[in-house]
Amino acid sequence: MTKMLEIRDLWINVDGRPILKGVNLTIPRGEVHALMGPNGAGKSTLGKVIAGDPSYQVVKGEVLLDGENILGLEPDERARKGLFLAFQYPVEVPGVTIANFLRLALQARFGREVPLTEFYAKLQRAVEVLEWDEAYLTRYLNEGFSGGEKKRNEILQLMVLEPAYAILDETDSGLDIDALKIVAGGVNAMRGPDFGALVITHYQRLLGYIVPDVVHVMMDGRIVKTGGRELALELEERGYDWLGEEVGAQEAT
Amino acid sequence: MSETELKHISEDYQWGFADEVEPEVKLKGLTPEVVRAISEIKGEPDWLLEFRLKALETYFEKPWPRWGPDLAELERQMDDFYYYVKPPARENARSWDEVPEEIRRTYEKLGIPEAEQKVLAGVGAQYDSEMVYHSIKEELEKQGVIFKSIEDGVREHEDLFREYFAKVVPPTDNKFAALNSALFSGGSFVYVPPGVEVEVPLQAYFRVNTEGFGQFERTLIIVDEGAKVHYIEGCTAPIYTTEALHTGVIEIIVRKGAESRYTTIQNWPINMYNLVTQRALVEEGGYHMWLDGNLGSKVTMKYPSSVLRGPGARSEILSIAFAGDGQHLDTGAKLIFAAPETSGSIVSKSISKGEGRSSYRGLVKVLSRADRARVNVECDALLVNENSKTDTYPYMEIANETASVGHEATVSRLADDQIFYLTTRGIPEDEAAALIVRGFIEPVAKELPLEFAVELNRLIELEMEGSVG
Ligand SMILES: Nc1ncnc2c1ncn2[C@@H]1O[C@H](COP(=O)(O)OP(=O)(O)OP(=O)(O)O)[C@@H](O)[C@H]1O
Ligand SMILES: [Mg+2]
Repeated sequence: MTKMLEIRDLWINVDGRPILKGVNLTIPRGEVHALMGPNGAGKSTLGKVIAGDPSYQVVKGEVLLDGENILGLEPDERARKGLFLAFQYPVEVPGVTIANFLRLALQARFGREVPLTEFYAKLQRAVEVLEWDEAYLTRYLNEGFSGGEKKRNEILQLMVLEPAYAILDETDSGLDIDALKIVAGGVNAMRGPDFGALVITHYQRLLGYIVPDVVHVMMDGRIVKTGGRELALELEERGYDWLGEEVGAQEAT
Repeated sequence: MSETELKHISEDYQWGFADEVEPEVKLKGLTPEVVRAISEIKGEPDWLLEFRLKALETYFEKPWPRWGPDLAELERQMDDFYYYVKPPARENARSWDEVPEEIRRTYEKLGIPEAEQKVLAGVGAQYDSEMVYHSIKEELEKQGVIFKSIEDGVREHEDLFREYFAKVVPPTDNKFAALNSALFSGGSFVYVPPGVEVEVPLQAYFRVNTEGFGQFERTLIIVDEGAKVHYIEGCTAPIYTTEALHTGVIEIIVRKGAESRYTTIQNWPINMYNLVTQRALVEEGGYHMWLDGNLGSKVTMKYPSSVLRGPGARSEILSIAFAGDGQHLDTGAKLIFAAPETSGSIVSKSISKGEGRSSYRGLVKVLSRADRARVNVECDALLVNENSKTDTYPYMEIANETASVGHEATVSRLADDQIFYLTTRGIPEDEAAALIVRGFIEPVAKELPLEFAVELNRLIELEMEGSVG
């Protein structure tokens, strides 16, 4: 059996209002999928539900990680099984340094003491790839970080924690052109047969650096179209309206 | 407190065990006879007995405070406390071998002798009313540093003692200072001669063992010109169903150009009323830091204060209060600017968990002669649960126009999005909550000596277990 992250007929409500309306999506390890779609379509909701955000009610459906339904698990348990979410809006935690936090997270992730030397080796490699200053490691987690710094910090965490599956929620927004290239380099360094990713973005530019195997389009809580890399280009040119019409036409028939 | 409540609390509180130790003397009730008996046991000079008796009168004259936490229950029990309990041990042993085994084991469990070996310059250990151990490193003694029980301070250094005693906190200061002045027993007398720098801390450890007991230690610290010292105080007690009382008075004199620090890690069980007066008088160019960590107790009322009496004197007052179910911690700080170019800052961090309540009560007073005084006050409250409470009473009296005064207060809640963020990285919920709390107090906690910071982190982790979700 190939290992994959599989979302089956997922229906999600917030305060009784349906947000996701039957999402189906399969990301095998070794592949990178892009998820695009208009504002409010439900992309971030999908990411947070997969990661275990308790503020969403699961009405129906399954999320299978390597065959195991994880919807009943706490967020930390999911993380320990190899799931990672890079937040669209990373949260500030004052007084907790990145280094301290990451060491705790790494020990939690692998369920063992991680020797300082091993930890620093991982950290150093990530910092190098991300062309970052080590001084950031002793700063408090996201506190006072610029939008771009927060995003870079998410990828730093990704690289240190080495998950099996990562969902990157608009990691490109807020990054300048140089930073975008560097951060994409960080994600690409993770790519390999044991790693799968879902990259949420509005812009085809990012997909020039992190080339996806598959592109999905989400509208109004559903995946409405799946295609290859060229679908992203088409969306950039034509927007989403035509898709809406296409879907409407399909549903009418 | 009900038995089930007690059981629940005892599970969290590691130091709630009691020793089977039969006291030599136990004095009950709040009377002049008890005061006389204490003074006689200690073989005190007449002036000190007179001082005590007068203080007792002051105590009775002063009304119970009607502001702050509810003390009605305490007021009803005042006649029932033991006000002096002498343990069956010799005073001020200089070697742990001379401390009775049962008592020694308690301090061993608390890790005191071990810390003494590794990181301290001297240790004083009080058990109920008396100091059963008091010792300082020889090389410091040779330099003229005095670190003794308050009783030995009176006996062996009467002139020096009398010159400073009760000058910073007179019995008339407040009702509980009067009570302490009448009943005081134990505590330390510290003198650091001019120019002597005590690089590693001195520590006093206060342990209560007897049920229904009131502990009244008194500490007097004199840091002479250009000298330096760091004094640490820690405290624990068994958990009983009845209330207990701890009313200390700490007086510190920081002479010209001297530097001192007083650190408290209070971890009383939650049947304790902890009503403490601590004040430092800072002379020209001197510096004093109060670092105050309050975790335990049923009620704490404590407002460390510094009087900046000489030009250029400085003080910082940093505090952490952690109030859980059934606790009301009313803590804060007082800064009095009484000379030009003085400066001070207050940083107060409080955490309220469950039904706990923490209050910040602060006074900043700039006298008219304090030209260009500078003060900054920051008080931050963190609420862990829906029903946790906090309040702030920041009083300011500024009588000099050239003074610069900054004040900032924040109240935040342990945020779900912070917890979610941290848990998505594999950190379990309880640990995530503890991490956020530790981050919140970090600006204060980073000033603690490493061993104490580690201990504080451990206590917070314990407190945060099962607190969210
Ligand atoms: N916690 C919440 N409470 C209330 N409404 C929510 C919540 N989370 C999501 N929603 C709503 O669900 C819908 C989908 O939001 P979501 O953030 O998933 O969109 P998105 O596709 O990520 O959009 P964008 O491209 O703007 O980031 C929106 O209408 C949003 O307002
Ligand atoms: Mg989004």
